Order: sequence, then structure tokens, then C-alpha cells
Amino acid sequence: MRQFLDFEKPVAELENKIAELRQMADGDGINIDEEVQRLSEKADKQLRAAYGKLTPWQKVQVARHAQRPHALAYFERLLTDFTPLAGDRLGAEDQAIIGGLGRFRGRAVVAIGTERGHDLESRLVHNFGSPRPEGYRKAQRLVQLAGRFGLPILTFIDTSGAWPGIDAEQRGQAEAIARSIDLCLSAPVPIVASVIGEGGSGGAIALGAGDRVLMLEHAIYSVISPEAAASILWRDAKQANLAAESLKFTAQDLLSLKLIDRIVPEPIGGAQRLPFDAVDALGEAIAEELEPLCALDSATLRTLRREKFLSMGRDSLN
Amino acid sequence: MSWLTEYVRPKIRGLLKREVPDNLWTTCESCSQMVLVRDLERSLKVCPHCGHHMRALANERLAWTFDDGVYTKIELPKVPVDPLEFRDRKRYTERLKDARTKTQLDEAMVVAHGKLGGRDAVVAVMAFEFLTGTMGAALGEAFVAACRLAVLQRAPLVVFTASGGARMQEGMISLMQMPRTTIGVQMLREAALPYIVVLTDPTTGGVSASFAMLGDVQIAEPKALIGFAGPRVIQDTVRETLPEGFQRAEYLRDHGMIDMVVPRKDLRETLIRVSGLLGARTTPLPAELPVLNAALA
Ligand SMILES: [Zn+2]
Repeated sequence: MRQFLDFEKPVAELENKIAELRQMADGDGINIDEEVQRLSEKADKQLRAAYGKLTPWQKVQVARHAQRPHALAYFERLLTDFTPLAGDRLGAEDQAIIGGLGRFRGRAVVAIGTERGHDLESRLVHNFGSPRPEGYRKAQRLVQLAGRFGLPILTFIDTSGAWPGIDAEQRGQAEAIARSIDLCLSAPVPIVASVIGEGGSGGAIALGAGDRVLMLEHAIYSVISPEAAASILWRDAKQANLAAESLKFTAQDLLSLKLIDRIVPEPIGGAQRLPFDAVDALGEAIAEELEPLCALDSATLRTLRREKFLSMGRDSLN
Repeated sequence: MSWLTEYVRPKIRGLLKREVPDNLWTTCESCSQMVLVRDLERSLKVCPHCGHHMRALANERLAWTFDDGVYTKIELPKVPVDPLEFRDRKRYTERLKDARTKTQLDEAMVVAHGKLGGRDAVVAVMAFEFLTGTMGAALGEAFVAACRLAVLQRAPLVVFTASGGARMQEGMISLMQMPRTTIGVQMLREAALPYIVVLTDPTTGGVSASFAMLGDVQIAEPKALIGFAGPRVIQDTVRETLPEGFQRAEYLRDHGMIDMVVPRKDLRETLIRVSGLLGARTTPLPAELPVLNAALA
């Protein structure tokens, strides 16, 4: 069952009508082709129109859509020989971050991602994609492993943020995130980071310090959720819409601020409509970005990566 | 480029000359007892009744840390102001202006160099009094400048942290200060220079999850609140009572996240000793230092 967002209601109604028509016509021999065709075109047009001018707040809904492909979907479709690796070697395993070895278009890589899960059971297993320190420490271990064996790193970011729990704080959430950023920045191998849904603040940047940072067209990447920003800055949780406008967290905003490198177009109606197409499009973009990086020696890579981050925000000096 | 020096210097002179009347009292927010302001200045703002460490101003930290309270502030690099043209209930530019007027500081970090126990040292202090020490582009740039200065002077860097987290009004530019400041720490590391963090009340959010947790030695002031998520956010998420002393300096020490909790009166001596020991290399440096610092200098 397709889940529709509020702003997709007109499309939902049209698609329901089409389904009804098909059901009615079933076995009746009535020719509905023309009517179905007409309605489909109308729905398509509305979808195109809606997705052509999504507001930041609508993008939040799309980025968080339960039927969007999550990290695991990218692993499954983009990698062969995928071999999951687990554990932080410090006493814990956190499935909010998944990762392992695999081949990406023939090239051995390490893949790491935050995974939200797709139904209640898997969401619980993955803690809704909110990692604890052990998740970040597992990621650190994989980054170091990749460095030792000269394997490029692909990260897939989709999280509402690091887990704000007592246990997480007790085990050093802040340090775990800091160390992850530290290790990504000093990795001697290429890192291509992709924000595939929601890039939630510190929990996202922990896997985001890459040589190239890609975002799906309707993904968001924000220092704070619009809901939290609304209640802190506007002292009114109902102002999330306004906060969303102000925070400039869409892929389009971030590309123009030069904080990301590339936007990967999504299928009409978002990645949730045609997940395979979305995954393939990102795979294509990653391949294009990764290729030239693989030709660079580790010192050059690290220097360029640092220069990239150090230059951020300086360009627009007025 | 002297706008900053011109702006700040006369104000500092004014601050140093400030006379506190003998009869000025204040109340300790911890034990609610009356304390003479004069006494507080002598006790480094620690309550004589209960030992509560009150929040200190950035300039006070500098004076307490350097030998004889003598130091030279550096001019902070310029950054684009309000790139998002952010406005919540108030314009961000207004908030900045008000903070500057109120604190006489340019941003939420001051960087100075001077002597610490007779040796060169660079000290960066976060100013909680400036928009709750939130981290935006200016702060990130100030921290990187402090790291560069330490590398140039071959001196240790001591940073006092105090932060409410990210400067939300700078959106993702604020988040990007986490990798940017981390690069600063890496520059120190590759130059084999000591990097000492003193966590003061409170240190949370993006600052705690970047340069504040990457020190060679991690020190905290007694009872300082230190954590990634704020206690209220955690309470709202887990709907449990938070444990006694949760996210306080002693709690972090007991859970292995910091090296020591040091009372303010012993801080300067501790910093001199630790930086002295870390800086007293007894084996030779590796023949080849990483080239990365050179490329970035
Ligand atoms: Zn007291």
C-alpha cells in the first residue's frame, strides 16, 4: 500500500479512482482504457507539479517518508559480495549503524550507513536509525579497516539524529561522534558520503566528512530538526514550517551555500515512488564521483578533504 | 583590518580598571547565601560557602590562566556575517549586535597567547556570555586560528569550553564547524603539540561532539554539565528520571570519559604541570613529520 503525504492528496484521489475503475471493469468487458489514461496523465501532471515546487517543510515529510529506500536497500542493490561486519569491539553492537565489506561496480569498498528500518520490528532492531556511541565506534572501526586495506568508503546517511538517551550519554555519545568525524577526516582512502533521507545534525556529520558529499534531490541535512528549532527559537512548536524555511537545509540550499557537492535527481514523486530508480541514480552518481578520487594518493586526498572543509563558509565573504 | 583591535582594546583597559565597591553583594545560585563580590574575585568566582563554581567570563579565564595575568589577544579572522539572513523572533544580526554590546566581545571565543609557567602557550576560551557560547563560523574560524598559532609558536593549546551547542541561526554552516574545528585538532596532533581541554559548565551539543572531546588530556571543572544531548531532550525522549549527577563532570570521570575533575583554584597549576610534561619530549620526533600541516599553513 502506497502511503500518501498530505500534499499528495489530489494524486491519491486520482490513483484511487483509477484503482476503483479497474476493479469495476474487472471481468465486465467495459473499456476503461481511455478514462484510466486520462486520469493517469492528470495524476502524473499533479505529481510533477507538486514535486517541482516542494516547500522545505514538504521536503521534510518526503525525506522522512517510510517507503523511501533506506541504507540497507542501497547496500542490497548497489553492492555485490556484501559481507556485513558487526560490533565495536568494546562490548556492544548497535544496528542503528550498519556496515560491511562489498563490491561496488567491481571495486572492493567499505559501506557504512544509518538504517531506520521499514516496519515496527526492524525499526526497533535499528533503533529508528538513531545510533548510540557503539554504533559510531563500529563505524570508526570500519573506517580504520578501510584505511588499512585501501578500500574506498561509501556512507549512506539517514537519521533524525544520534540517540539522546541516558545510556548513550553514559558511554560518551559526544566523544563517539567527535572521534568519528576525526577518523573520517584522516582516512587515507576516498570517502563518498550520501544523504539519502534525513541528515540529522551531529548524528549525520559523524559519517559526513567525505571527499564528496551528495544529497538526493528531496533529502534534507540540518543542524537541528525544524520542530526543535521552532520550539527553541520561536518558542512555538507549531512554527516548524517557518523554521524549515529559515534553516536552509534542502539539497538546493546547501549546494548554493557550497556545503555539499552534488544533488542526485529523484524519480517524479520522490524516491519512495520508484525506489530502485532512486538507488540506481545515486549509484551512478557515486561511481562518477568515486572514480577520480581513486586515482589520488592518500596524502593528497587528506589534504584536499581538509581544504574542502576549511574553505566552507569562507567563499561567500562579503 | 584593525577594526577589531580598535574595538576591543579600549574596552579591555576599562575592564581592568574596574573598581568593585566594598559593599557589593551577590547571591550564590547554588546555596543561596550572600557573598561579597570582592571576595568572589579573590576566590576565582567559587562560592566560599559551598564551593560552587560560578560561570566565569572569557576575560576572567584568560587573566586567571596566564602568568601574572598577562597575555596578548589575537585578532580573530573575519567571516561572512549572517549568510542565511536568519530571523526568528528577532533578526540574527540584531542578536549579534546585542551580544557584542553586552559582552564587549566580538564572538563566543577569545584567543590569546602568553606564558604559562614560563613557557609559551596559546589559550582559547569560549565565552558562554556571548549567545550561550554557540558555535558558528566565527567560532570555528577562531578555534582553527588558535590551532595555527600554536603550531606557529610550537606551543601547547589550552581550550576552555562552554557552549549551548550549535549556532542555529547559521544553519548547516554551524554544523560544518564540527569537522572544521576537528581539522584544527589534527594540525596540533601532527605537529606533536599538546592539546588540553578544560570542560566548563556547560559544554553540550556540537562543541562537545567535536573539539571539546578530542583533547590529549581532558579536564573538567567540578559539577560542570557536559554532554551531547541536553538533559531536557533526554528526559523528553526516554521519559525516565535522570540519574543523580547525570552528565556532571564527576559522572563523566566515573564513566571513563575524562581524565580528571580539577577545582578552579588548582587549574592553573594543573595546566602548567600537564602541558610541561606533555611538552617535555624525551624521545626524538619522527624523522618525517606529516606534510599536511605544511600544505595548510
Ligand atoms: Zn554557594
